[in-house]
Amino acid sequence: MHYIINAQPMDVIADPRTSLLDMLRDNLGLMGTKKGCNQGACGACTVLVDGERINACLALAVQYEGREITTVEGLSGGSDALHPLQSAFIEHDGFQCGYCTPGQLCSAIGMLGKIERGVPSAVTADLSAETMALDHDELRERMSGNLCRCGAYNGIAEAITKVHAKVPA
Amino acid sequence: MNPFTYERAADGAAAIRLVSDNRQAKYLGGGTNLVDLMREQVERPKLLVDVTALSREIEAREDGSVLIGAGATNTAVAADRTVRERFPLLSRAILAGASGQIRNMATVAGNILQRTRCTYFYDEAARCNKREPGAGCDAIDGVNRIHAILGASPSCVATHPSDMCVALAALDAVVHVQGPGGDRTVKLVDLHRLPGGRPDIETVLDAQDLITGVELPALGFAWRATYRKVRDRASYAFALVSVAAMVDVQGGTIRDVRLALGGVAHKPWRAWKAEEALRGRLATRESFAQAAEAELADAAGLRDNAFKIELAKRCIVATLGDLIGETA
Amino acid sequence: MTSIQDAAQSLLKTAIGLVPARWLPGGSPDPLMQKHGLIGAPVSRLDGALKVRGKARFAAEVPMQGLTYAALLHSTVARGRIVALDISAAEAAPGVVFVMTYRNAPRMASPALMNTKPKAAGTSNLPVMQDAEIHWNGEPVAVLLADTQEQADHAVTLIRVTYETAPAITDFDAAKGSTRVPANILGEPPSIERGNAEATLVQAAFQVDCTYATPAHNHNAIELHAATLAWEGDKLILHDATQMVNNVAWTLSQIFGIKEEQVHVRSPYVGGGFGGKSLWNHQILAAAASRVSGRPVRIMLPREGVFRSVGGRTMTEQRVALGARSDGKLTALIHTGTAAMTPHNECPEQFSFPARHLYAAENIMIAQRVADMNIVANTFMRAPGESIGTFALECAMDELAEAMQIDPIELRRRNEPAKDPTSGNEFSSRHLTEAYGRGAEQFGWEKRSATPGARRDGEWLIGMGMATATYPYYRMPGGAARIRLTADGRATVSTAAHEMGMGTATVQTQHIAERLGLAMDQVVFEHGDTALPPGSMAGGSSQTASIAAAIIAAHDAFKAALLKLVGNDSPLAGLKPDAVEARDGGLCSSEEPDKHETYVSILRRAGREELVAEASAPPPLEAQEFSMHSYGAQFCEVRVSEITGEVRVSRFLGSFDCGRILNAKTAASQFRGGIIMGLGLALMEETHRDPRTGRIMNPSLAEYHVPVHMDVPKIDVIWTDIPDPHSPLGAHGIGEIGITGVGAAVANAVYNATGKRIRKLPISLDKLL
Repeated sequence: MHYIINAQPMDVIADPRTSLLDMLRDNLGLMGTKKGCNQGACGACTVLVDGERINACLALAVQYEGREITTVEGLSGGSDALHPLQSAFIEHDGFQCGYCTPGQLCSAIGMLGKIERGVPSAVTADLSAETMALDHDELRERMSGNLCRCGAYNGIAEAITKVHAKVPA
Repeated sequence: MNPFTYERAADGAAAIRLVSDNRQAKYLGGGTNLVDLMREQVERPKLLVDVTALSREIEAREDGSVLIGAGATNTAVAADRTVRERFPLLSRAILAGASGQIRNMATVAGNILQRTRCTYFYDEAARCNKREPGAGCDAIDGVNRIHAILGASPSCVATHPSDMCVALAALDAVVHVQGPGGDRTVKLVDLHRLPGGRPDIETVLDAQDLITGVELPALGFAWRATYRKVRDRASYAFALVSVAAMVDVQGGTIRDVRLALGGVAHKPWRAWKAEEALRGRLATRESFAQAAEAELADAAGLRDNAFKIELAKRCIVATLGDLIGETA
Repeated sequence: MTSIQDAAQSLLKTAIGLVPARWLPGGSPDPLMQKHGLIGAPVSRLDGALKVRGKARFAAEVPMQGLTYAALLHSTVARGRIVALDISAAEAAPGVVFVMTYRNAPRMASPALMNTKPKAAGTSNLPVMQDAEIHWNGEPVAVLLADTQEQADHAVTLIRVTYETAPAITDFDAAKGSTRVPANILGEPPSIERGNAEATLVQAAFQVDCTYATPAHNHNAIELHAATLAWEGDKLILHDATQMVNNVAWTLSQIFGIKEEQVHVRSPYVGGGFGGKSLWNHQILAAAASRVSGRPVRIMLPREGVFRSVGGRTMTEQRVALGARSDGKLTALIHTGTAAMTPHNECPEQFSFPARHLYAAENIMIAQRVADMNIVANTFMRAPGESIGTFALECAMDELAEAMQIDPIELRRRNEPAKDPTSGNEFSSRHLTEAYGRGAEQFGWEKRSATPGARRDGEWLIGMGMATATYPYYRMPGGAARIRLTADGRATVSTAAHEMGMGTATVQTQHIAERLGLAMDQVVFEHGDTALPPGSMAGGSSQTASIAAAIIAAHDAFKAALLKLVGNDSPLAGLKPDAVEARDGGLCSSEEPDKHETYVSILRRAGREELVAEASAPPPLEAQEFSMHSYGAQFCEVRVSEITGEVRVSRFLGSFDCGRILNAKTAASQFRGGIIMGLGLALMEETHRDPRTGRIMNPSLAEYHVPVHMDVPKIDVIWTDIPDPHSPLGAHGIGEIGITGVGAAVANAVYNATGKRIRKLPISLDKLL
């Protein structure tokens, strides 16, 4: 099966039962994407497929053949520098154990894309609005698919807010 | 997970052929429910036929209706401009469910056909008539806080977990189905079954029937609509009770109303009795309360879920109150 | 303290020939105790870049050649025996390497229970897969190895097991009818009686007497329990997710009948522990299956497997009765109750500990019992005992304040003790009233209406509540540290400690740099490996102080060794270790700081490539001499829907008194993390067991609710930062204090909002309808 993973073309042989998550971890050794529940209930496995965030644990790898997949290892675009959100997570202490972190990062990047494209959330007051603002409630609602048991939610929210504020919409 | 073969269907007819030729085949949408159930050994298909690419368009028709392709993701539907303008209730309900990640994966048809979250259904060690007809139900006398209060049977007290379907039930949505014998439509409210003696049979569809789309009929006039969902945490949890409500009020009188409940029954629950009780009545708290009483008159609680009866009543009254305001 | 204890203690001191540690009376004070600089600074996590890149290697991520993947099969009955077992289909399935059941498992000794031996890590002392007996619903009955995880997961479902069931105790409500007194509660007596509390209670001017119930909880660290392991001959190499590498190594060596040195455990990064990552069946079974099959094994429990085979916090029913005079002084304090346990573990959930130390009641009665059940062994989970004990005690205090019509903080102030109310010891450091005052001021406590239900915003009723937080100071004996100085003037400090996100590595690097007078980038802190000097387990909020004590001891040895090298030409010539301190990459005279020589210079002149010094921490005598605890005041504002009973926490502030804070950034996160787990405890967390079968019915993160982003408001945390003069660095560990008192603060706020007292956790919406 062929994929573009972190901008690199890759060919993989895998069981149809293999999830995108297990393919990344076991077949390709990309261990950055984490398994926390294997049933779409924690978000630790979040990756970006064609720029949209999904739970890699619920995705059969075979179903995503040919797609562009970005994992935490690819966030900095291949450079040694960190993605601004990665730096902000360190600065604002947006993690403790670091296990949910790759999922939080990928999720936040996918989420910011949705904000940019004016996609509403459950707490958006006006569904007809053309543009979406990222206030504290919007951020928390949109990130609620990523559990953090250490409880770094405040730091994560600060980091995302800080990076979002720096990037003109 | 049992071994299986994966096929991508070229078109609807090919998909139906593949499934017809293999008794243990299933259609695959986003996989957010099916893959999980396969891992849990609840589902054991030998063949998965991927139908997500077949119909993803959201067609805004001139008559005010919208036809949503079965493979459109939940996110795509909720974010669609026409859906947001014409049927904001649907956007609201979808956005109240699951997480951003899951909504990006899950399809419309998959959402409709998702199976219950009853924890006994998921647990191979438990008896479950849904998994194994005739085995018995361990949920009825077990841990059943999330279970049904309406339309349940001695065989099954499971609920349908969808938020989207509750809105579709209120919107009189029509499901487009392609089968071996041709195309047909089924009203969403008629698609899911109550459990009766065969809770394993969850819809009126056959295994080969392929959902191709969902049609939202045009709304004749300006409805006020909203979706309220109550759950055990502030986000990312299934509904204990949810209410989709649409009202058309003129001069303080309820001209028309549509009401559906989630989290309370084996199917998205259209509150026909409450609607009947409200139509033509003055829009007052008293009317709402009487309607709620009428709808929940036959509700029955189990060991842990009796609170849902009162909760459902309160949610109906509050939701209608919010829509109509205190002035009436 | 009794005279017998006094005598025993002086004997102990004499026996080990100790000069008092720097933090004990008579000890020479630690110059770093008051020094600011790196210590306390809000330094970002040193492992941050690794973690945000996804490059920190967790236990299931270590590569090994020829790896097999394990899957466990769990029993579906609570008690009985296996009468038939068919593994033929599983063995024949593609990719299967080995199937192990009690019939072909190697003979293994039962794990030694944690706290019964210095390095024991066992969470239950039941034999592991040694016979046909079943002891709980979910006990592993088979382990299967295959070439891929998919193959293992499928094949394990093909095993057929038939059970003959035996009567089981699986309903706590029924089990409560037949209780026993545990031998001790973490070494403390299960009951204490001072005066006659029952008799005083009935005569008190004001009384409350309430029963509280708390459910089972699971830790649910996001990293699943996992291990990657292999045998090299008779040596076991184990990459584990654990909070206690040395204990796991020792206990496994006992189980397999080998020497401790033959088990090498590594666990540099752990994806959250909270008490759950100790030694459970999965590591033992994976090691056994690997030994028999000769193949390396990776085991990563599925989330359901964690619920089935790893215990959590147990259920309790607690009674708190308080009697007070009209001046608010407590005359009677009764805290009794029962915790569910098993006959095979020793974890009686010390819920009565807060009541032993918190308030100056004239008459005190404490009594804890346990009810044996056939369930997975319960274990320590973040502030075991204190988290739920403070729920009961601090709700009762709120009820008493309400009955007396006085402010809840004022009631607590009036009962602030001068000495520990049960032990009579002096407090080492207690500034709780300051924590109340500062917290109340910053939170705006004065805006709280004493009348419930007085504030609303539409359908939302708004209320405020507070509660006291408390957790003991512990320091574990046995930890050691090694300092290795190299010719380039850099230092590596090593101890088999743990980094599960607490910030251990960062904080201790700050400490070491300050202690050695080096910059942080000149220091490396090595941890999480039994090849290093034995560390301290990460439990009981003890690790920070335990490591600090080991490093201080190693540094004393380091200075002595270094001074032996200086010779007569050094400005340091002739100085004794106690007369020098570290500064600017070297040592200087404490009296005359200008007498200074760098490490580089000392080593160069001595012709040495390196200098290594290692020492063990002195035993934790301070905890015998003083009543040592951390404190705090938790303030909460909730909004409760009048319609649905939904509770939303809109504001939260924790004001803590935990000695000196070593890193303002990571400490704030740890406090918040504890508070957030406390919000889960208060509002949503519950492990549901079917009382008929003892089977956990919500073994998933979809149905076991933990707080999500949306549940968590901005949480303010402040602290007194007053060093405890009797702990190393003046610091206390702070991993658990954050969760204590939160349940009560939320419940008291809910009462203030609604007028409803919820005495059974969680405060789910159905209880407020």
